[in-house]
Amino acid sequence: MKYVDEYRNGRHIARLAEMISREVSREYVFMEVCGGHTAAIHRFGIPSLLPPEVRLISGPGCPVCVTPARYIDMLVALASGGGVTVAMFGDLMRVPGSILTLAAARAAGADIRVVLSAHEALELALADPGRKVIFPAIGFETTAPGTAVTVMDAGKRGVDNFFVLSAHKVMPPAMEILLKEGTSLDGFICPGHVAVITGSSAFDFIPEKYGLACVVTGFEPADLLLAVLMLIRQVNSRSPRVETEYRRVVTRDGNTRAQGFMNEVFEHADTEWRGLGIIPSGGLTLRKRYRHLDAGEQFTVEVHEIQRDSGCLCGDILRGKITPADCPLFAGACTPDHPEGACMVSDEGSCNTWYKYHNHD
Amino acid sequence: MCLSLPARVLTVDGNMAEVSVGGAVFRAGLQMVEGVRPGDYVLLHAGFAIEKLKEDEALETLRLLDEIDGLVSG
Repeated sequence: MKYVDEYRNGRHIARLAEMISREVSREYVFMEVCGGHTAAIHRFGIPSLLPPEVRLISGPGCPVCVTPARYIDMLVALASGGGVTVAMFGDLMRVPGSILTLAAARAAGADIRVVLSAHEALELALADPGRKVIFPAIGFETTAPGTAVTVMDAGKRGVDNFFVLSAHKVMPPAMEILLKEGTSLDGFICPGHVAVITGSSAFDFIPEKYGLACVVTGFEPADLLLAVLMLIRQVNSRSPRVETEYRRVVTRDGNTRAQGFMNEVFEHADTEWRGLGIIPSGGLTLRKRYRHLDAGEQFTVEVHEIQRDSGCLCGDILRGKITPADCPLFAGACTPDHPEGACMVSDEGSCNTWYKYHNHD
Repeated sequence: MCLSLPARVLTVDGNMAEVSVGGAVFRAGLQMVEGVRPGDYVLLHAGFAIEKLKEDEALETLRLLDEIDGLVSG
């Protein structure tokens, strides 16, 4: 059992596609809110296996895509200040700030290094006590516990040159915002790796309050098609609920140890999502007891965000209102080499994914 | 970003493991998972094991897929 190839069996996939075609009885719109799902769906060509009645649309689940330009501007300013290292995930490097990307700031001399985990950023700080190391904490519930463990570790060791600038976000409030805005959907393909931490019960409010189908699923082609079949059956039988396809890692209650670390270190706060605005309780900030490690508290940076209207429609794309191909900049003024919007930067961004896997002549 | 991969645990040293993703070796913090041993599979995300993979549930999903296969072709 390798937990990968087994869910790529062509025979299972063909049968699932056949089954889905047999069971459709109307039109269906399902939204995947995880950027990893968006990438997997298009990489495996899932839409081409579905009948025209079933439409999959992408939501706001790419953390890089929803990181505000102002946050990038702050990191640029911090890293350019001297004596400060910004140690961050590589995903952030090419996200446009309002003036510069971090890649451009690094080329201009800012000390920006790529790490694979929060823990590696802490190790950089431990190895060079004379430098202040800032870890930009991005990501959803999947990533936040790792930051929390690292913050607790730094706190216990009494490290005084390691700081976190939290832009962590939480998924359920963003899903609810879309529903409150009236996005027309029949169900959600719920984010599998967020659910590993939160448990599938985090999505119970969706069928309960909004009467929509929910399936928590994995990232292989058979997982994705089985989820679509389960969603169609929920819609057809008018019994919306939260089901879990991804049972090899997801439970009802989630990873309670990880939740404990998150609760110890973070509290919920109203947070800006790029393209979506301020989402109530949509993000995580460090609790007061860790404020000595909070870069937002310990550093003062003046950021003058430049508002410019390039015509980028990332906001509408993140809401599932339009597809990337509907944006006039797509594949012209905006490409992965020269991204205008964050959705074109990340490997999990809708625009980047469409650019790679769809025709756009 | 939420990319997480099944990884086979090679060695365990306190709260840190070496894990293999298709032969590429990474370090994984084990603070969030209990009782991990060499040979186990964990879900690796941004330097941490965020969950152990459950073989019985994984096989159950495959059994369901086989059943669907039988239903359609039968």
